[in-house]
Amino acid sequence: MAGTIAFRSSPVSCKVAARPAITEPAAVRWVLIGVSLSFLGLLLLIPLAGVFVEAFRKGAGAFFASLRDPAAMAAIKLTLLVAAISVPLNCVFGLAASWAIAKFNFVGKNLLITLIDLPFAVSPVISGLIYILVYGLHGWLGPFLAARDIQIIFAVPGIVLATLFVTFPFVAREVIPLMQVQGNDDEEAAITLGAGGWRTFFRVTLPNVKWAVLYGVILCNARAMGEFGAVSVVSGHIRGKTSTMPLHVEILYNEYNFVAAFAVASLLALLALATLALKSFVEWRSRRPFIEAPEPTALEDLSHEH
Amino acid sequence: MSIEVRNITKTFGRFTALCDVSLSVPSGQLVALLGPSGSGKTTLLRVIAGLEHPDGGSGSVLFHEQDVAGQHARDRHVGFVFQHYALFKHMTVFDNIAFGLTVRPRSRRPSREAIRRKVQDLLRLIQLENLAGRYPSQLSGGQRQRVALARALAVEPKVLLLDEPFGALDARVRQELRQWLRRLHDEIHVTSLFVTHDQEEALEVADRVVVMNAGRIEQVGTPDEVFHQPATEFVLNFLGHVNVFRGRVQQDRVVFGSLAVDAPGAAAAEGDEAKLFVRPHELEILAHPGRFDCLPARVARIQSAGPFVKLELLAEDGQPVHVELSHDQAGRLGLRENDTVYVRPRQSRVYLGQYSI
Repeated sequence: MAGTIAFRSSPVSCKVAARPAITEPAAVRWVLIGVSLSFLGLLLLIPLAGVFVEAFRKGAGAFFASLRDPAAMAAIKLTLLVAAISVPLNCVFGLAASWAIAKFNFVGKNLLITLIDLPFAVSPVISGLIYILVYGLHGWLGPFLAARDIQIIFAVPGIVLATLFVTFPFVAREVIPLMQVQGNDDEEAAITLGAGGWRTFFRVTLPNVKWAVLYGVILCNARAMGEFGAVSVVSGHIRGKTSTMPLHVEILYNEYNFVAAFAVASLLALLALATLALKSFVEWRSRRPFIEAPEPTALEDLSHEH
Repeated sequence: MSIEVRNITKTFGRFTALCDVSLSVPSGQLVALLGPSGSGKTTLLRVIAGLEHPDGGSGSVLFHEQDVAGQHARDRHVGFVFQHYALFKHMTVFDNIAFGLTVRPRSRRPSREAIRRKVQDLLRLIQLENLAGRYPSQLSGGQRQRVALARALAVEPKVLLLDEPFGALDARVRQELRQWLRRLHDEIHVTSLFVTHDQEEALEVADRVVVMNAGRIEQVGTPDEVFHQPATEFVLNFLGHVNVFRGRVQQDRVVFGSLAVDAPGAAAAEGDEAKLFVRPHELEILAHPGRFDCLPARVARIQSAGPFVKLELLAEDGQPVHVELSHDQAGRLGLRENDTVYVRPRQSRVYLGQYSI
């Protein structure tokens, strides 16, 4: 059996060829496939379709009108702003942390790895509460900040901070394992060839991990735009000012304004679909780094030349 | 450009990789660092390249009499070739080879045209002229390693350091590539140091062989010297198969069962343990005991596929003895399995404790 062995740089699935030894009878296969599909249908597809059905219940005019509402526009802008700040920052942080963890040995390395996972382990509501505890009016830094007229909680900076916290593992988690597998050979080769630190980073290290970074950025962005819990605690829900899209959906829903709520929700749903599409593209692209495996043509042409 | 290493010690945690190592490599030679894994050979190479720093303040590394210990790896102008090639996957063969030139600061960077010519010359040298546009993933292992070599040579290094350059290749490609490396070295004459654990490779390619063991240098010499006049038991053992017989000193002789070897001057060590080392090709097989000292043994296995006939004998005490005969000799003896034969060393080395005779 001739197969191509493709180099994989991204985490996640590999294609598994059907092997006779582990193939089940057709009935079993259909039951398994049926169960998974109906599960997904009930839990995912029907609600997703429901979002769009509700959004367009009163026609396209009402749909677009509710998106043009100033409060909705403000929520969309704020969400984009928060993502535009937190995604690049987390990208830089993720690369720096991965570089440090994969390329150096230092005291506290394991602690750093554990801390990177912290946002996954902590409920987002708690991370929001911690920010209130630290930066809130009655928090540790509250009086200091109030004296200088700096407002973090119930304002945009607080939302950005909370979003940064919940999204910082995404890029680092994708890049660290890949960098660890790749080792330091390429960088050492670049250095012995006379390349400086930045040049080595931009010309060797970054291209080697770019698909993992992109993958992390996509997930990070999806979470940054969709985050509810932590942002909800620190935002104060000031309509038109500190409401991000998920918070705005909640406000509209609580006001029984279903069409408007689902119209904004449908934007988030579209973001999710776009994220999935991009994610699949990156996975597909990173699986075939450049071209397929080498042709077995004249593998060792030296022998013909002497 | 000569390389000199003085009193280098390097430890990783509790493991001592190099223990007070000194070595000098004359300009223009191709030298092999030979040793088992963990012997410190790769660490030594990396210390020379500046990729590893010797323990605080210990020793110095000199290129052409100049101390480079304080220099960063990127300023040492060494060409380093890695076991797993370390080619840049996202660059073509051309861009890989050109890398060292294109990353130079603008003031020292050659023109685009000069770089192109240089890369073309190197591609010709490694005989891959028509593969300039390929990516590393489209090349075979041997081709990749040649590209890695060209990439290292592009910056016109003072010295060339190769870390197990053929270690990841299959046997036939290894052999071709090492002969090619030897011819290449004869052409370009850059002082080269290569690490290998394959004694055959070291003996075949190198001008001089440095045998390392447990962080120390055991012997430095030409391939002939290290093979025929091994300085230590380790060198003898490491360079090819060897049969070991254990015996004792009795007066002026060392006695190994029914064998005895003259050892004038050994009398002082009367009663001490001694070891006799004989390479498989240094043993003679006799059909009859005759008037010589010899060791009776039974033929356990005959393996005649290959350039030599390899015999596995069992001595009376059950010790296996390996013998290599030419096909002619084996034919004359007409041996079969389970025959009893008599073994006599034509040449041997006796080690008494630390002394060799």
